[in-house]
Amino acid sequence: MKIVVTVKLVPDTNAEKRIDPGTQRLIRTGVETVLNPYDEYALEAALALKEKLADGSTVTVLAMAPEATKETLRKALAMGADDAVFLTDAALAGTDTLGTADVLAHALKNIGFDLVICGGLSDDGSTGGVPGALAEFLAVPGITNARSLEIIDGRVHAQRETDNGYQVVSAALPVMLSVTMAVGEPRYASLKGIMGAKKKPIAPMALANIGAPGSAGAAGAKISLLSTAPPPVRGKAKVVEATDGLSGAQAVLDFLKERKLV
Amino acid sequence: MITARVASPDALDFLNLDALFSEEERLIRETVRRFVRSRVLPDIAQWFEDGILPRELGRELGALGLLGMHLHGYGCPGASATAYGIACLELEAGDAGVRSFASVQGSLAMYAIYRWGSEEQKQRFLPGMAQGETIGCFGLTEPDFGSNPAGMRTHARRDGDDFILNGTKMWITNGSIADVAIVWAQTDSGIAGFLVERGMPGFTATDIHKKISLRASITSELHFNDVRLPASAQLPGANGLSGPLACLTEARFGIIWGAMGAARACFESALDYSKTRVQFGKPIGGFQLTQEKLANMLLELQKGSLLALHLGRMKDESRLHPAHVSFGKLNNVREALAICREARTILGANGVTLEYPVIRHMNNLESVLTYEGTSEVHTLVLGAALTGIDAFTG
Repeated sequence: MKIVVTVKLVPDTNAEKRIDPGTQRLIRTGVETVLNPYDEYALEAALALKEKLADGSTVTVLAMAPEATKETLRKALAMGADDAVFLTDAALAGTDTLGTADVLAHALKNIGFDLVICGGLSDDGSTGGVPGALAEFLAVPGITNARSLEIIDGRVHAQRETDNGYQVVSAALPVMLSVTMAVGEPRYASLKGIMGAKKKPIAPMALANIGAPGSAGAAGAKISLLSTAPPPVRGKAKVVEATDGLSGAQAVLDFLKERKLV
Repeated sequence: MITARVASPDALDFLNLDALFSEEERLIRETVRRFVRSRVLPDIAQWFEDGILPRELGRELGALGLLGMHLHGYGCPGASATAYGIACLELEAGDAGVRSFASVQGSLAMYAIYRWGSEEQKQRFLPGMAQGETIGCFGLTEPDFGSNPAGMRTHARRDGDDFILNGTKMWITNGSIADVAIVWAQTDSGIAGFLVERGMPGFTATDIHKKISLRASITSELHFNDVRLPASAQLPGANGLSGPLACLTEARFGIIWGAMGAARACFESALDYSKTRVQFGKPIGGFQLTQEKLANMLLELQKGSLLALHLGRMKDESRLHPAHVSFGKLNNVREALAICREARTILGANGVTLEYPVIRHMNNLESVLTYEGTSEVHTLVLGAALTGIDAFTG
């Protein structure tokens, strides 16, 4: 079967992020781009499934990102994906969450798939809105927050994380599924994988190839970003000085009780 | 002209050397760094204290492709010299013992077979060595012949088609766990290399104990007492001392990088400590003496890292002379040792415990300063390169 993993290319999780005051968009210059950490779990789930099936199933990664970030996809190929599709187009700048899901759905229909696996959310935008909308646009069952999955007789069986446990759900393929970090730590890319990734194809794709959906770009966006602000500066921490562990612990406890936190 | 606001330099990559690496090189670094963080750092202090390096670590390094990673074919990844250097740096940021394991396996033992071995020898040994299933060691140094290997006493005497090997090798990393030893010996036709396999009658190895440096590394003495070797055990391509020296140049190249890994770990530890350790009402990082130490450490760390990268690019372009390698090893190990010692003073009494990485790296570097060509020999290599006069010989 054909497994497609959608990955977002995001600014380095640890980098200092700056917003262009004019466009309200993230300044990507000088900031390293990485695979969205949540999507690495999706890729791990896909690769583990492929290995388990061992029936010639393939894993394709699909990214929609600016041209300059293309090489970041090598990591996904180094981890074990078979090939990649890189959707890039100047007209994509400013696409909102709904538009992203619509454009990705167009791309996925063009590529073909049996199973789409997404990370739960992106590290930069953090809307978490794409997986659900993607299932809707693809008109396939959408299983979100999966902590494990397997394929039995052409159906996906997955455990969905909930606040108080998990549900076991099942749906006939094709399916859109998003995963949580419980699916398993993303693997290391081995040296051989890294060296081999150079030879794996990254197919270019433009909006014209997928019918130029009107939802793309700032013009198609339904949500307008009005302004952004950095998080409020945290106040100075209270330092507890104590002569021994017990009185220190008591002071911390009193502090928490005062604020009704315990 | 529009002046963009430049982000403040990162303490651990002050000159933004990251930008000089390719995507592939960054991926390799990330893989090795993650491996070290999850597999080496949690246990290394205990391994050092106990004087062990777990055997299975070799297989894990092999599974990642870190053994013989810059060799091509025979199950090796064929990475660039620069990528190999990056891996050495990250491994030694964990511990020089782990980096030594990879250096000896890949650059000494595997490289000797790769460079000087027959096709049959390569097919037989290299794939297993790349996986870490087969361990190799490299026997050149002897109890009485360190910097002057040409004087070695170990010899292989012809007996029909066979050779009879006798002698002793000293300070051999991985000696007692090796499945195959690359042994250099005098023969009627000069110095030659032989593959001596574990279990061959007359071949024994004993470990050297009471080391205070490179404790997370196995160091042995190899004994050869009338070991009968078939002609097929000889490395056919090696002829004379240039055989082992070519291998040493490979391994020394990795040390140029590795030393900066140890230095980085100590710098990081000292910087962190200086910001949290409070004396006289403020973090000690706020005192001028400490800031001068940190600034000097930063200078040498960044300069040494830049030098390693420059030499890596030269090696990848086949422009690296052995004297360049001497330049790199002499400078980077010397400066790394100075950085680690300075870091130790910032950590005060805590700096002498294995709770922090500093004294472990500092002690390891005492070995690194001496092995693979002492700092004195590398100094004289540079002296000879400058003057054209060889100071080793009368």
